[in-house]
Amino acid sequence: MSVVLRGGRIIDSEGERTLDVELGEDGRIAAVGTGLSGDVNLDASGCVISPGFVDLHAHLREPGLEEAETIQTGARGGSLGGYTALVAMPNTDPTTDCVAVVEQVRALGGRSTCEIIPTAAMTMGRDGVDMAPMGELVDAGVGIFTDDGTGLQDPRLMRRIMEYSTGLGRRLGRPVVLAQHCEVSALSAGGHMHEGEWSSRLGIPGQPAEAEELMVMRDIALVRMTGAHLHFQHLSTASSVAMVRGAKAAGLPVTAEATTHHFTLTDAACASYDPVFKVHPPLRTDVDVRAIREGLADGTIDAIATDHAPHAPHMKELPFDQAPPGMLGLETAFALALGESGLDLPEVLALLSWRPAAIAGVADRHGAPLVPGAPANLCVLDPDETWTVSGAAMASLSSNTPYEGRTLRGRVRHTIRAGVPVVVDGEALL
Amino acid sequence: MSAATGRRTDGGGGGHLLGIDGMDRSDIEEILDLTDTFAEIGRRPIPKVPALRGRTVATVFFEGSTRTRMSFEAAARRLSADTVSFSAGTSSLSKGESIRDTVEVVASYGADLLVVRHSMAGTAHRVAGWTDLSVVNAGDGCHEHPTQALLDCYTVRERRGSLDGMRIAIVGDIRNSRVARSNVLAFTALGAEVVLVAPATLLPPSILGWPVTVAHELDPILGDIDALYLLRIQSERITEGLIPSLREYASDFCLTASRVARMRSDALVLHPGPTNRGVEISAEAASDQRSVILDQVVNGVSVRMAVLFLLLGSGRQLGAVDAGDSVEGDR
Repeated sequence: MSVVLRGGRIIDSEGERTLDVELGEDGRIAAVGTGLSGDVNLDASGCVISPGFVDLHAHLREPGLEEAETIQTGARGGSLGGYTALVAMPNTDPTTDCVAVVEQVRALGGRSTCEIIPTAAMTMGRDGVDMAPMGELVDAGVGIFTDDGTGLQDPRLMRRIMEYSTGLGRRLGRPVVLAQHCEVSALSAGGHMHEGEWSSRLGIPGQPAEAEELMVMRDIALVRMTGAHLHFQHLSTASSVAMVRGAKAAGLPVTAEATTHHFTLTDAACASYDPVFKVHPPLRTDVDVRAIREGLADGTIDAIATDHAPHAPHMKELPFDQAPPGMLGLETAFALALGESGLDLPEVLALLSWRPAAIAGVADRHGAPLVPGAPANLCVLDPDETWTVSGAAMASLSSNTPYEGRTLRGRVRHTIRAGVPVVVDGEALL
Repeated sequence: MSAATGRRTDGGGGGHLLGIDGMDRSDIEEILDLTDTFAEIGRRPIPKVPALRGRTVATVFFEGSTRTRMSFEAAARRLSADTVSFSAGTSSLSKGESIRDTVEVVASYGADLLVVRHSMAGTAHRVAGWTDLSVVNAGDGCHEHPTQALLDCYTVRERRGSLDGMRIAIVGDIRNSRVARSNVLAFTALGAEVVLVAPATLLPPSILGWPVTVAHELDPILGDIDALYLLRIQSERITEGLIPSLREYASDFCLTASRVARMRSDALVLHPGPTNRGVEISAEAASDQRSVILDQVVNGVSVRMAVLFLLLGSGRQLGAVDAGDSVEGDR
């Protein structure tokens, strides 16, 4: 059964053209041309056909916290958001710090609607003390290591992990990526939102921007020392962006992501005392939001990520200090990036698709130009459709979206994963 | 007035007192004026009126407190309301227990109004969003303690007639103080000038937008203020690295007999209690004629009577409060 996407405008890393796309039964693009017709024709008129999105930062909660999300439900939300690949964070229970858990995540991912790219922790149990068996994990196909949820505090151990990672690139076939959640815990401890004017007024203990910036500064120095590839997760402050810009100008092998919430929301949102706005790193100020947008525009920040972090409803009905940090992101990312980043559509797609695909090491199958023979991982986007965000209506098992009730512009119409339509007309099929 | 931050009086009940934030001068003065009426009741041989008979006030304290709870319960009983109480020290309340569940349980006992205290800012605001009942914030973390600020304003006004043009210094752990946040708002709303006096580590990270000035030393301003508001300092501030020792703090900021003697004769000394003698204030200074610390405690009950009465309404107009009928009661 052949499927053709008709009447759309292709935008990929090669540029822009108005052509139909025929999906082959082998999971690849069979043909690209005009006037194509298949057994099934999906309407793409008025829409953009893009390589599927790649999220560098998703918490899918499985194994261990299946009441909040599973790999299947997380992937379904990803598909609804235009994603065809999700990089799964390793702060699972048990921690993804050994080959067995990696294989479990990959196997569960194989039955989901996205490609699930397992990452592994840098240290055992994310304890920040003992290095995980990185060689074994690399041999099992892991290309990204992170203790996300916390930063790796010990500079000596971070140096050693960086050095060790540089010796594993040949086995992986590309440089190993170390992804850091930059936060000096001694400085952020006890804080539940950004420290500043709003935290002072609200009486909520804050985390200073410097808790992030000190670790960005340290890791840039250690990259200079070791040559390891360091990926900065969820940059949130103006100074962090400036330091990464400087590191790139100096030719250091660093990359960076920013989340949708860090360029669309500020710490003022915490005035509601609703922990749906509690996230680490915390929502910052207008100045920081502007700096993130500038970093996205000038290439300092390579990718828009979600830091999709589902939490069961009762976990967000706790006092602000007791509620866990994190918010949903997969189903709102495209509309927010299109509507609020200040970037035009091709730049938005680069930040959601082919640039993160390159960092994740999956550029051969995600984010690739839409040409015959390329893997058919793609999405069809209606940049003009408006819709109202509803956490309850999302595919996620959780509903902790900070955008509840907001009307957004730009929606995913269809998503194709390995040649198979998994979202059609905005509805998940699987 | 914002329902989320101020007091609502839209009908008989369902209004909240969550903070001084959002209240203007006339809102505060309305409560202080009504407090006069209830203070008079407190001076009667039988200080009890039937104003809230049949209504139930629940104190829901997730953080330990004796004085504030007793003050609210005394206020409720003087108005003939029934009281129920829930308390959970943070240590006995397991992390993750749903406060929402607790609130629903307390509400099911027939409460009309919840008096809520919690160690985290914003909890009373969240509770107000979960229930149709009236909510009074009895202290939320480092955020606000509105009835404390009201009783402090009442106490100052009682002695000085008006706060207009007064210069009030708030001294001590402002960073961690809900009392300071509420009082900055209340004192300035009533026309006073506020100066915060503390080591830099005990000030909030930002005072952008606060209508205050700042000083780091007490001695130079002692003779130049109309009221001195001393805050409690807790020994945790030493382990947190905010001050080197209570001894050093006391040497710079404790109101001793010699310091109080340098204050104007008509200046006032206030403290929300309980005092740490020898740290914030010496015994001599606490018994100085300038000290109104005991007045604060007495006025606390009257102010809370006014707040409970306003929120629960009792179906009467505020201007027609008939508080004249004492009842024989359970004294």
